[in-house]
Amino acid sequence: MSDEQTETGTGWPQPAGPGRPAGPAGEPDPRPDAPDPDELSPLAPAGPVEEPDRDERSGAGAEPVEDVTVALPTSDEAAGEPAGDAGEAGGSGASASVRSRFSAAGVMIAALLALLGFTLVVQLKTTSTDPTSGATRQEDLVRILSDLDARENRLRQDIASLEESQRQLRSGEQGRQAALDEATRRADELGILAGTLPATGPGLSVRFEAGGKPISATRVLDAVQELRGAGAEAMQISGGDRATARIIASTYFLDGENGSLVVDGRRLTGPYTITVIGDPATMRTALNIPGGVVASVQGDGGNVIVEDREAAEVSALHAPIKLEHARPVS
Amino acid sequence: MIAVLALLAGVVLGVWLDPTVPAALQPYLPIAVVAALDAVFGGVRAKLDRIFDDKQFVVSFISNVLVAALIVYLGDQLGVGGQLSTGVVVVLGVRIFGNVAAIRRHLFRA
Repeated sequence: MSDEQTETGTGWPQPAGPGRPAGPAGEPDPRPDAPDPDELSPLAPAGPVEEPDRDERSGAGAEPVEDVTVALPTSDEAAGEPAGDAGEAGGSGASASVRSRFSAAGVMIAALLALLGFTLVVQLKTTSTDPTSGATRQEDLVRILSDLDARENRLRQDIASLEESQRQLRSGEQGRQAALDEATRRADELGILAGTLPATGPGLSVRFEAGGKPISATRVLDAVQELRGAGAEAMQISGGDRATARIIASTYFLDGENGSLVVDGRRLTGPYTITVIGDPATMRTALNIPGGVVASVQGDGGNVIVEDREAAEVSALHAPIKLEHARPVS
Repeated sequence: MIAVLALLAGVVLGVWLDPTVPAALQPYLPIAVVAALDAVFGGVRAKLDRIFDDKQFVVSFISNVLVAALIVYLGDQLGVGGQLSTGVVVVLGVRIFGNVAAIRRHLFRA
């Protein structure tokens, strides 16, 4: 390589041949040739090259000014140029016009170098002002753009799926919370009905006082049934010795010894007090109907005292029933 | 001397006018500049070798630039513009290095 360059000085010895077809290639550099034809038109190598360049320099407004300024000082010398160049183009070579030829070529060189500096600075500025996309080729830009598009699509899908799962989780959480509330509410209801939870609310306090003969289990059971029929929701029965039993669906009443009452195996003595939660007016009416509980007890010589309670407390608990055979159907 | 002044004038003009490169020329301008630099270094080396020829310099300068731009243009038309311009830059860079090495030998005898 160095040999070749030593010979030619600039490397590519054969000039304009390949350059001609490149005319439409958007060639920036040959601009300085353009002004030259006015002065140096016979110059052989420059002549062919400048024609296509002229068409393309339309976009560069600044160029002609520069070229003219560089070329002007030597224009007088260039005026005498054609003779020398014509001689050279004719192949006679090195005649008397060595000085003028040197100056014409010098003008060319100066113009070319000025153009080089100009384009160098322009290119540097372009690259430095827009380092990312300015120097990037169109196909690379298209590829980058499509890459970004694909990436955007992927991210968009990610966002959509994440939002979907977030929505599902949120609705699932809401549903679970609602189910939990509902289950808690049902558990409370069932706990009150089953007697495993204490309860409070408006209701009655029904006190049975024995007269001549003790209060029988039948009377108490009648009273409990009557209260249930009147909408009682929770009941307990307490004896004279403060012993208390919760009355639930499976509670049984037996007559015990000495006029006592056996409730769920627990022995109570009179007088008995039933505390019941429910609609007070309805239950009072149910107890007082003719031939009802109150009438029966009074017929036996006893007495029934019914009192309203703003907040009747049913605090006795029934031990939870252990189911051995029944299983929920689910 | 005139060449250096012209180069400086071009630089000053470029800084002063601050033109924008047309989009159509953007792929070719860097390649053309590198090719012109190659020609300039070749010219300097020829000058030092005392075989500098004005006409040859002008012709080789223009043809360097034109051929480089033509190759890049061809590559763009063929769809391999990026790779081809890289190849052109590599070749020109190697030549510039060779020329600069020769200049260095002339100047510093080393």
